[in-house]
Amino acid sequence: MTEIIQKVKNLSIGFKSKKGEEILILRNISTNIKKGETVGIVGESGSGKSTLALAMMGYVKHGLYTIGGECEFNSSNLLKMKNRDLEKIRGRKIAMIPQNAGQALTPNLKIGYQIDEALQLHSDLKEEEREKKISELLNKVRLPSPETIALRYPHELSGGQQQRVAVAMALAGTPDLLLLDEPTTGLDVTTQAHVLELLNFIAKDTGTSMVYVSHDLGAIAQVSDRIIVMYSGEIVLEGPSRDILKKPIHPYTYGLLKSIPKLSLAGLPQSMPGSQPQPGTMYRGCSFFDRCDFSEEKCKNNSPKLEYLEDLNTSVRCFNYKSLVNDSQVNQTVNKIKTSLQDKEILSLSEVSISYAKQKLLDQVLNRISDDNPTVKDININIKKGETIALVGESGSGKSTILKSIAGLLRTKGGIIKFDQNRNLSSDLKERDPNDLRIIQLIFQNPDESLNPNHTVEEIIAQPLKLYFGLKSDELKKNIIDLLQKVRLGEFYMSRYPRQLSGGEKQRVAVARAFAAKPDIILCDEVTSALDVSVQAAVLNLLQQLKEDFGTTYIFVSHDLAVVRAISDRVAVLYQGRLCEVGPSKDVYQFPSHPYTEVLLGAVLEPDPDIKPKLVAEDIVEEKPPQKGCSFQGRCSRILGDICKSEVPPWQITNSGNSIRCHIPLKELQKDQIN
Amino acid sequence: MLFLIIKRILLGLITLFIVSLITFVGTEILPGDACTTYLERQAFGEQLEACYRRLGLNVPAYERYVSWAANAIQGDFGYSLSGEMPIKEVLGPRIKNSLVLASAAIFIGIPIALILGIVTALWRDKLPDVAISTVTIFAMTIPEFISATLLILIIAIWLEWLPGIVIVPTDVSFLELLPNIILPVIAIAMIMTAHMARMVRSSVIQVMASEYVQMAILKGVPYWKMVFKHVLPNALLPAINVVALTIAWLLGGVVVTEVVFNYPGLGRLVIESISNRDLPTVQALAIILASIYVSINLLADLMTLMLNPRLKTLQIRK
Repeated sequence: MTEIIQKVKNLSIGFKSKKGEEILILRNISTNIKKGETVGIVGESGSGKSTLALAMMGYVKHGLYTIGGECEFNSSNLLKMKNRDLEKIRGRKIAMIPQNAGQALTPNLKIGYQIDEALQLHSDLKEEEREKKISELLNKVRLPSPETIALRYPHELSGGQQQRVAVAMALAGTPDLLLLDEPTTGLDVTTQAHVLELLNFIAKDTGTSMVYVSHDLGAIAQVSDRIIVMYSGEIVLEGPSRDILKKPIHPYTYGLLKSIPKLSLAGLPQSMPGSQPQPGTMYRGCSFFDRCDFSEEKCKNNSPKLEYLEDLNTSVRCFNYKSLVNDSQVNQTVNKIKTSLQDKEILSLSEVSISYAKQKLLDQVLNRISDDNPTVKDININIKKGETIALVGESGSGKSTILKSIAGLLRTKGGIIKFDQNRNLSSDLKERDPNDLRIIQLIFQNPDESLNPNHTVEEIIAQPLKLYFGLKSDELKKNIIDLLQKVRLGEFYMSRYPRQLSGGEKQRVAVARAFAAKPDIILCDEVTSALDVSVQAAVLNLLQQLKEDFGTTYIFVSHDLAVVRAISDRVAVLYQGRLCEVGPSKDVYQFPSHPYTEVLLGAVLEPDPDIKPKLVAEDIVEEKPPQKGCSFQGRCSRILGDICKSEVPPWQITNSGNSIRCHIPLKELQKDQIN
Repeated sequence: MLFLIIKRILLGLITLFIVSLITFVGTEILPGDACTTYLERQAFGEQLEACYRRLGLNVPAYERYVSWAANAIQGDFGYSLSGEMPIKEVLGPRIKNSLVLASAAIFIGIPIALILGIVTALWRDKLPDVAISTVTIFAMTIPEFISATLLILIIAIWLEWLPGIVIVPTDVSFLELLPNIILPVIAIAMIMTAHMARMVRSSVIQVMASEYVQMAILKGVPYWKMVFKHVLPNALLPAINVVALTIAWLLGGVVVTEVVFNYPGLGRLVIESISNRDLPTVQALAIILASIYVSINLLADLMTLMLNPRLKTLQIRK
């Protein structure tokens, strides 16, 4: 039996509500972390997973307190330890890699100092030795030119680099246990894959135990030996990683796995109804009862215990797990999307370019934009009525920028945006008439920010109805109720404020507001990325349903390639503001032809331990598009030579109607990928 | 960086120009003028004409503005009407007195405010915070004329420790002035310290709740090292601008306090010259107070820029 590093025993953490009730964030958690293993803790937001990870360092956030139980490390309870003793364990024995390294590095201190601080605290090295060690650490996390990086401030690094610095800082104290709180969540797909690969390497290299906290089953699948699934502050399933991902015997995990869109499957995944109960919700039985497909009468009033199954080496909290044991292979069924594609073109972008460069005074006076290397260039896309076209790419690829220009929020430098084949849309909002504004609506990424917190749901949805159609009193109300029903929210939501809604409900309100204008085109900017996986599937299904009902056209921006695969008819791949590939999603995903598409798809993490990401290109961050030649020349692994650096590649069209912009001849592109 | 400084200075100058225009136009459109006030009932015929000629009020307004502005730039604001002496000489000692009062309040108030703010934030919701916060909120809400009057009543009249009002010539030496300023300084420092302490408190609390402070704790950084290295530099940056505004407010004359204590500073001069219709002095004061505000805010902005690595590199990159 391997040595146990950290023992969590009957841990409950919570807070006192204003009424003085005790509200639990963690309920009676017990688990052991063994030496050298990587444990993944997975759950949706609010499941208590981060609170658990922090408790493993003896840290309880302001406002929360320990109700009972202990976190035992080296046979002493961290939660009862004095701060002075904790300081000797934190960073030295147990280290944390935070979710958002950009926020977690102190802004006024140089990178080198922040690592040095950890070394000073947790090692006996002298100054020169420490300096050498800093370079070593930065090298280990594969940062280029460590000496210069050490002299920089956190904000001068990219997101991926910041995350690597955080890893280096955690490794400085050579800890026995590393806690990782969503370490890759804010990163691009390619960067994420690289950071995970680095973490795997470090785990093997140093033999450190790791606790990896994430909502992303794809990332968890790549790193963990064992998985703990949390729901509503409880462990609902715990066992070997492979078994949990391949044969989940708890209905929640089963449903969760089914609701994740996969690259290999076109069509929308099935959604789980409802959402996780808020902390403090009263229920007598199982916390998952409302959403469970396998529930029975007894689940309503009795709460199941976590039961250890010897033969499966798994613990499960469910009365009915047996019905899943025999047949729990996740057979994902998808709702095939119906294309309501018509021949009519509804929106066309020709030669659109957009610049963020600061304008010189003369240009400002003459009201023109001059920039020979704009952020976005040569965008030609024709969008058919009823189509869902997705723009994909890493951050900085210009996908949101294009969306803003279509909406009229950002002036273009050049090019024409045409609606309905004959109507020119000015890229300046002020020059668009009310009808131009009505036909294009936006749904934003984060409903917390896009819904006015001081307006009720009724007022939010009423606004476009009043503005565009001048509706009043009864008719207005009827329309609002109608729209709420369309997004599957009841009439009683009208008087609620956004803060009284869950994330999924808020996004539904945002969808209802967009549809209230009866638009022809809806621009969706990362609409599901702020949502939990189980809720994401529901919102995607809703969007698809509404599209079929109204014949709306969607322009869908997302960094999540699996989501895009699920919902879109056509995909446009962007790099550095230039199109790389445009084609029917079926073809783009099956024969990834452009080298950049290949990189992107290779880096996608699937919730399956057998599918490893393929890391084709380095995850360098390019600040500006190259002046000449192909936009992807800097990272391309299949670069041909000078021609890629000097000439903009031509469009090549495959038999299936897929356009690829690359110098490599089509035949070779396809041949290489089939191998 | 240099470009930015020049740009900010230019903007400040434009602000001053606009202020001077507004005060000039304002004094122009008021009914009556310096001569009618000065001559009172004799303000007609020959005498009025003579007065206009003597004061140069018989030329068109824009010409007067130009010549006034040209002189003002060189520090010559013309003659005060009531005392018939150069405004420069009237202002000199007043500015000195206000400076003495302001700097005393600043040197006492700011350190206390910082310490109180930091202590309340670090012991948030515990006894020190509750006690100090109650007192500061109290000090903040009592208007200064009441606290000043109370101070006079208790310390000057009942206890007879210090003079209650300042009865000294305007141009006394610093040492003679010193006992007289103690009460006014306390009255001003109370309200100023309370405001700033609240500001510092919320700023420190905000930084204490940040992810990087949590990270520092989880890295095992000892508490006080964390406070001084990770918290305070980031929490006190936004305080610079508030401190600047407070200093400007102090220098600009704390009108009410000066009146209550009969203190010969700029603030009282403002009141006096307005009630005397001493328009040239009012103009001069407006320009001087505006320049104090503009230059202190400019200094504060530049300091923030220097101390914040984030802004510094941003500017250089541009």
